[in-house]
Amino acid sequence: MTEPLVLVFTLQDWLALFLHYLMLSLLAIGGAISTAPDMHRFLVEQQHWLTDAQFNASIAIAQAAPGPNVLFIALLGWNVGLNAGGMWTGLLGVLLSLAGILIPSTVLTYTAAQWGQRNRQLRGVRAFKQGMAPIVVALLLATAWILASAGGASTKDWPMWGLTLASALVVWRTKLHLLWLLGAGALLGWHGWI
Amino acid sequence: MSPLPPTDTPHPADPPDRPQPRSLTDLFVSFTLLALQGFGGVLAVVQRELVEKKRWMTREEFIEDWAVAQIMPGPNVVNLSMMIGARAFGLKGAMVAVAGMLLVPLVLVLLLALLYARFADHPGVAGALRGMGAVAAGLIAATGIKLSGALASNVLGLRLCAALGALCFVAIALLRWPLGYVLLGLGGTACVLAYRRLKPGRKP
Repeated sequence: MTEPLVLVFTLQDWLALFLHYLMLSLLAIGGAISTAPDMHRFLVEQQHWLTDAQFNASIAIAQAAPGPNVLFIALLGWNVGLNAGGMWTGLLGVLLSLAGILIPSTVLTYTAAQWGQRNRQLRGVRAFKQGMAPIVVALLLATAWILASAGGASTKDWPMWGLTLASALVVWRTKLHLLWLLGAGALLGWHGWI
Repeated sequence: MSPLPPTDTPHPADPPDRPQPRSLTDLFVSFTLLALQGFGGVLAVVQRELVEKKRWMTREEFIEDWAVAQIMPGPNVVNLSMMIGARAFGLKGAMVAVAGMLLVPLVLVLLLALLYARFADHPGVAGALRGMGAVAAGLIAATGIKLSGALASNVLGLRLCAALGALCFVAIALLRWPLGYVLLGLGGTACVLAYRRLKPGRKP
């Protein structure tokens, strides 16, 4: 732990936080996590609202917790708020950052999806759906590859790859509940077997 | 290649006997439960529960919605939930689905943040996270494998689908090109190819 930050937040600061997230929302193509590098630049390097350790812990916790990984943004807001006062400013930070990151993109996506649904007989809309299908499937496999290689790509990491492969096979071929697999992975990791 | 028993008809415009969420409460609870099972990513759980178990949507619809969710800005899984909710109950459904996906997990993640400082240094914790990460990668791979069965009825044909998919995998997974360029370049090409193979004004 580095020394804690103590911030004095003015209305302008809260507004700056909110506006920055509003802007990032529209740039978050490929998921919220793709904005993480810019959030680090803004929150840690430019504004000094968060320490490096707080930033990294926010991402790690959100990844470990169940739920969509966009919640790392809520945690960043929480930590900024904690630095600026306490629980209540923490909650304000959560509210502003989640609202900021969600409102523009969801309004846009909702409008686009409704339009697509109304015009689903259009040749262009059908071409989009048919054309994107192989890309979407490949993106899933690529995401799996990237996640698996985050564990390490050297030959001594083969148990990790083995575990990834085994869980893919089990999910593909059986109806076993996904939580059993995650539990098994956690257990293997806890005891240092992988 | 269809690893699953057929969960869907090839071109389901509006199948009459489709199971649907019964109410906004059902929608909220379902999405909360989905989110709470999603360690290391909710997508695999959404596919397993909503396509395979509840059958609220077909594989093809799932792929279509996921394509839109990916290409639009914003958190993918939030976009996806919103679209599924909107199909069932319009704007209200969209908001309820997103709230279901976020509210309870948000409380949980804040509690976890309060606990984290005390347990972060335990070596078991880091190991368990590593293990769950490896499993989560496997879950997403399996989701991709299962959805690939839907490509059999694609207007592009299996061979072209495989070629486009392979290029996309190489670009993203191995070359690590930015997603935006790949979607624009490869996705755009695929859409143009599909457009040319579709007859105007008729079902594919």
